[in-house]
Amino acid sequence: MSGGSRLNSLPDRGAPSEGQAVTVPAGGEPLLSVKNLTVLLPVETRERAVLRDVCLDISAGEAVGLVGESGSGKSMTARAIDRLLPKGAQVQGQIRFAGSDVTGLAGSQLRAYRNRVAMIFQDPRAHVNPVRRIGDFMTEALRTNLGVSGTDASRQAADMLSQVGIEDAQRRLHQYPHELSGGMLQRVMIAAALLTEPALLLADEPTTALDVTTQAEVMAILDELRGRYGLAMLFITHDLELAAAICDRTIVMYAGQVVEVRRSELLHSDPLHPYTAALAAARPDIGQKAARLRAIPGRPLSAFEAPATECAFAPRCRFAEDACREAVPPLIELDGGLSRCVRVTELRGQLEAAHA
Amino acid sequence: MPSDNIVLEVSGLRKEFGSLVAVDDVTFAIPSGGSLAIVGESGSGKTTIARMIVGLERATRGTITACGRDRSRPARSARDRRHRGREVQIVFQDPYTSLDPRQTAERAIDEILRLHHGFDADRRQARIEQLTDLVGLDSRQARALPRALSGGQRQRVAIARALAAEPQILILDESVAALDVSIQAQVLNLLADIRDETSVSYILISHDLAVVRQLTDEAIVMYRGQLVEQGPTAQVLDDPQHPYTQRLRASVPRPGWKPTRRPQESPRAEQKGGPHG
Amino acid sequence: MSTAIGMASRRVQARTRGGSLGLLRSTGIAGLVSAAVIAVATVLAVFGPLVAPYNPDLPSLGQAFIGPTGAHILGFDFEGRDVLSRLLAGAQSSMIGPLAVVAGAMALGTLIAVVTAWRQGPVDTVVSSGLDILFAFPGILLAVLAAAIFGAGLTAASVALAIAYMPYVARVLRGAALRERGQPYVAALEVQGASGTSICLRHIIPNMLPLIVAQATIMFGWAMVDLAAISFLGLGVQPPTPNWGVMISENEPGILQGYPLPALAAGLCIVGVVIAFNVLGERLFEQAQAASR
Repeated sequence: MSGGSRLNSLPDRGAPSEGQAVTVPAGGEPLLSVKNLTVLLPVETRERAVLRDVCLDISAGEAVGLVGESGSGKSMTARAIDRLLPKGAQVQGQIRFAGSDVTGLAGSQLRAYRNRVAMIFQDPRAHVNPVRRIGDFMTEALRTNLGVSGTDASRQAADMLSQVGIEDAQRRLHQYPHELSGGMLQRVMIAAALLTEPALLLADEPTTALDVTTQAEVMAILDELRGRYGLAMLFITHDLELAAAICDRTIVMYAGQVVEVRRSELLHSDPLHPYTAALAAARPDIGQKAARLRAIPGRPLSAFEAPATECAFAPRCRFAEDACREAVPPLIELDGGLSRCVRVTELRGQLEAAHA
Repeated sequence: MPSDNIVLEVSGLRKEFGSLVAVDDVTFAIPSGGSLAIVGESGSGKTTIARMIVGLERATRGTITACGRDRSRPARSARDRRHRGREVQIVFQDPYTSLDPRQTAERAIDEILRLHHGFDADRRQARIEQLTDLVGLDSRQARALPRALSGGQRQRVAIARALAAEPQILILDESVAALDVSIQAQVLNLLADIRDETSVSYILISHDLAVVRQLTDEAIVMYRGQLVEQGPTAQVLDDPQHPYTQRLRASVPRPGWKPTRRPQESPRAEQKGGPHG
Repeated sequence: MSTAIGMASRRVQARTRGGSLGLLRSTGIAGLVSAAVIAVATVLAVFGPLVAPYNPDLPSLGQAFIGPTGAHILGFDFEGRDVLSRLLAGAQSSMIGPLAVVAGAMALGTLIAVVTAWRQGPVDTVVSSGLDILFAFPGILLAVLAAAIFGAGLTAASVALAIAYMPYVARVLRGAALRERGQPYVAALEVQGASGTSICLRHIIPNMLPLIVAQATIMFGWAMVDLAAISFLGLGVQPPTPNWGVMISENEPGILQGYPLPALAAGLCIVGVVIAFNVLGERLFEQAQAASR
């Protein structure tokens, strides 16, 4: 099958129903726009903030990395975008996809939205029904939401499986999840996600549980498919190098907030936030052994532990000053990137060297 | 500094699980104070080797000699098992299941001290404080139950518990893989410090080549049960000879890295990992 | 699962501290009420004969089956004894039997579960097959058999039931024992050289305690029903010893004659206590499941 959109070869899905997003947004408006997203979850009878004032944009066809440690809120952000938050979650702020707000969607509108925004997870086995065949699972969305016939859906599924590098697709469609290895199952998940022709793919640590060689393979597949279908992607990972290598832009999160947004090629050479620089420096170098790793003192803060009156990273930051403890720093724009550091202009250019 | 004294020797080691050969003819040796990485992915047999060395698996063929004593066959008596515990210890990957959830760090270490040494209560308490100090735990953390501790803190407890036996060899089975990057750096520094202070030898099982570079002097590379490459860590990583090692090295993300798809291999190529990987 | 989602989406929050009181509180209203009922029954089991307002043993046939009066709120039984006093005194034999059954079945069952989970292999297979054979015998059938061989009585019946319940306990606990056995902390202790016995006693069994307690609680209810049935049949506790199950059978003629209260009251006591054990046991079971996640 040649590249480009496959819309022409699919049966007519009918006119968009009310509330379904109008396809391509005008001019420079991003495909996905998240503004001031704050999420509160009831945890052990108290309300706790797990995301604080998160802002991010993804343009059509763009690959954006979302990097953070435990408690940073990276997974939660993706779940908020895909409307997968647990019961009782309070969502404040805006999430706009293709121009319309999605925080209030329900029922068939929500399903239609999920056809356009697909999500894949870290552990494919936890998100697949072990007693159903691969084929059933893959074709479900096509058959129930889009009214595609069973045979057509199977054909599309088999075709997609071979695009992700699984041979003998017909046989695979009849297999059960436990018959496939982790890497194969993850490829199946990618194929399944792409069947509904989404415009945006949310990938929540899809390769963390895979071997590094399998990871490289899966990343190559994602890259190729993105190019072929013009797919935008939000790639969540704890691995700064991985995000920087395959994404155009990288967003760094800490304690439930966005602390830096930067073009990936500049992330290591010219970071704008001390946390990003410290995180990169804490990683051992495969090319040489350091006398001592530059570890960050303390431990990563979760969103609900972060103080509301100062920079969350200040206690662990070597550049912290009094100004950092006066208020939560706003996101400051610099050189096409964003940084939640009040000292960003004066520290510019010093962060990478200071951690070398 | 590594001496010429060989503290662990493995020769012709083989493990079969039914018809599956998990480990096939592996031979290597570690000098006292040295540190060896066993690198591989799932199904390589690296964890099986570790389990055979500590006695959790029985080798099908081959010999294992630690501290001059053969341990190729399971220990015969409780006394023998304890003695072996004083030679080789292990720290597992998952900080959430490698501690008894009902025991505080202090009690866990105390139990090991009682098992191996005939210390009285005061001496044990002093030793507990020494060990928790060594791994960077404060007294509140030492008296806490695991559920009140973070992943990094739990791993420190696991390391302290392993060191309580005063082993000559410490096996780290992906012990930092489950930790956040910033915590991982702290624990790696800690492990380097411990090695300096106690001259224990390390065997690091890991798939993470950067960690391997940081912590080890020598490395062996395992692929589907076979030892495919071996040598000083720097050499194995900078100038890999075996195609698998080269592919492994090339798969590590770095700035400018462009992942490429392999030419189609047979479906067998992506087999599921062995019982322990 | 991410940290916050994991915490928020657990419906049953495993108690984080508070010891036994915390455990009770976390079982909810139903659990607390059940615990209260059980506590009352236990107190009566110990002090019943002392708090009984009238002599529970002295027959007075002239008063047989007289209905409730001011002084005797539950009336008289088939031999003219005060029903309330009979019930209070009967708590003892009604509770002690199940206690013995539970103690025996849990002790044996736990031992077998832990030993087979530890050793696995051929020992496990042989013992499991043996247990499967025992499974084929319902408790009451074994009790009848025991009565036939050893004569009727609470002891024989209790022992028979304990043997009948033991395979069930072993099966339920074996899963938990196997799970603990497979945990890395057990492997770490093995590598240390600790003996199997000490690991099982100091680590595996204590980590199974929530499940053991929950299982024992539910089992008490079953044992009570079974023993009441056996006593009803005349093979368990022998009259004139006061016992709720026996009271149902000995007062049965009263039902047909229009005086159901003595039999009914005894039946309700059994039902009430059994429900309390069931409810509390189920709640504790839920807590045990949550704690093991």
